[in-house]
Amino acid sequence: MNIINNRTVFFTLLVSYFFYSVYIYASGTDALPGMISHTDESRHGQQLFQEYHCTACHQFYGLGGHMGPELTNAMSYRGGDIGEIIARAFLVNGGNGMPNFNLSESEVSALVAYLKFVDKTGTYPPKNYEVKWGMIFQEDDPEWISKEIQ
Amino acid sequence: MIGLRFMRLGVLSLAIGLFFGVIGGFQFLFPEFLRELLFTKTRAIHVSMVVSWIFLIAIGGIYYYLPQYTGKKLHSNKLAVWHYWLFLITGICVLFSYLSGKFGGREYFAFPPILSIPIFVSWVLFGFNYFKTMSYEKNPWPVYYWQWATGIVFFFLTYTEAHLYLIPYFRDNMVREIIVQWKSYGALTGSWNMLVYGTGLFIATRIGGSIDIARSKMAFGLYFLGLFNLIFGWAHHTYLVPSETWIRTFAYFVSMTELYIFGKIIWDWRGSLQQWEINRHITAYRFLFAADIWVFLNLGLALIISVPIFNLYTHGTHIIVAHAMGSTIGINTMILLSSIFFIINESRESQLSKAQIKKVVHGFWIANISLAVFLIALILAGIGKGVLYTDMPFQAMMFNIRPFLVVFTLAGITLMLGLWIILWHAYQNIGVLHSSLSNTTQEDTIKEEFSM
Repeated sequence: MNIINNRTVFFTLLVSYFFYSVYIYASGTDALPGMISHTDESRHGQQLFQEYHCTACHQFYGLGGHMGPELTNAMSYRGGDIGEIIARAFLVNGGNGMPNFNLSESEVSALVAYLKFVDKTGTYPPKNYEVKWGMIFQEDDPEWISKEIQ
Repeated sequence: MIGLRFMRLGVLSLAIGLFFGVIGGFQFLFPEFLRELLFTKTRAIHVSMVVSWIFLIAIGGIYYYLPQYTGKKLHSNKLAVWHYWLFLITGICVLFSYLSGKFGGREYFAFPPILSIPIFVSWVLFGFNYFKTMSYEKNPWPVYYWQWATGIVFFFLTYTEAHLYLIPYFRDNMVREIIVQWKSYGALTGSWNMLVYGTGLFIATRIGGSIDIARSKMAFGLYFLGLFNLIFGWAHHTYLVPSETWIRTFAYFVSMTELYIFGKIIWDWRGSLQQWEINRHITAYRFLFAADIWVFLNLGLALIISVPIFNLYTHGTHIIVAHAMGSTIGINTMILLSSIFFIINESRESQLSKAQIKKVVHGFWIANISLAVFLIALILAGIGKGVLYTDMPFQAMMFNIRPFLVVFTLAGITLMLGLWIILWHAYQNIGVLHSSLSNTTQEDTIKEEFSM
């Protein structure tokens, strides 16, 4: 009897895992209105970001290494083109602990395009948010955006 | 016997992983240190070797315990040997890929994704062997068999999920990519925790002399609570990634169910201390007890960082690193060391001598005290990054938290030395046990031949 109960609980959780995963893959992580589409160049930048294992030192949305700065909004948080100029300088020359990877000009441009793509996905850390019951409701959440539209 | 080979390889893996961790610590402080060996390489090697340690010892334990302690002959020794060689050869390929600067660039799995195929195949062999072996068991399973089975099943699922980024549907949407990635990693660590906790409980029942506790409703209740958290409790990694609020709210609720475990540890504290007084002379128990304390401390930290408003300040800081290190070293490593010493203590030939016990105990204290300093330094560095110096430019913030990072690196060195002392004796004595079992097997074979 006990074994049947344990099996039932296990398989119920397993089935829930599948349904939950499908939901997350589908509507739980839909593209938000502010996002821009990947271009071939930004896609190439994404590939380079992985090939050089940049996440060993850098973070997106606070996830990744701690040796270099957070990059989610590296392109925009200083305003204007300053972010891009700084990024290009580091990508070409290295410095402040970052190695010079001897990147080609097209690779630098691809990585900048990727950083611009990431920049449009949201704000990190969130600037505008509400706290209810210890929960954070932030400006880039779908609920927040749809409330603003209304 | 194959289990012991896995364990020896695991011990080597941790020893190397620790070494690269220390090199990485120095590179963190002095980026010019060993410039040819970039931090991107040392970090990847450190992570992969330490994760391999966890898998190798947990898997080795299962291969060893099933035939030796439960009377279940492995369905196929040959498959287990294949598993071993596949793991070893893939591991060497992974190391070469890192050293030559070829990356897949993902957290945990920084190697090119093509190398994931043999790892996946090796788990198919392991899973098939385990379930086939267990299919001969007619009695209801104690909870550790469930935990091992769950670890295997969820490794398959989460490892597959971790590679969904290869499909453009996932890769092209940054939010989806990042959430699915960390969903899989959260559950993946849960899956190896299942293997490790199952091992811990198995040893506890053997030391205690009764498996009743592993059949109790409480044990199953805690197991299912762990599984529930494995499946649904990963979203504290992605609280700050723009996504539907209910996913975070649900994960918040799920994470808080672990308060029950936290409370239970406090409730059982006196009983745990009594058990410590009775069993402290057993080396394996010493490590289990240390793991118990680290579970308590680490669970406390996990609960804090799972509250979204606190997560806002701790996320992306060294506090999260402290949580990860506390889990892998304080909990997983202590349980796995307990497993090793439990095994080598069971045979007269491989038992630790008094002099060896003394050295292992020294290593134990050096490692645990260093780990405490190591984690405190990381937490303080994290408070600096997430609370005190948030308005500063990155380099200025790093300059301000540097004293904590110096302490962290120094504690990392002593932690490595403490664990190396332990690992040296573990490695030697597993070897002794391996040879003694080989001799016994050879003698048995000769006897069988003569009797024919």
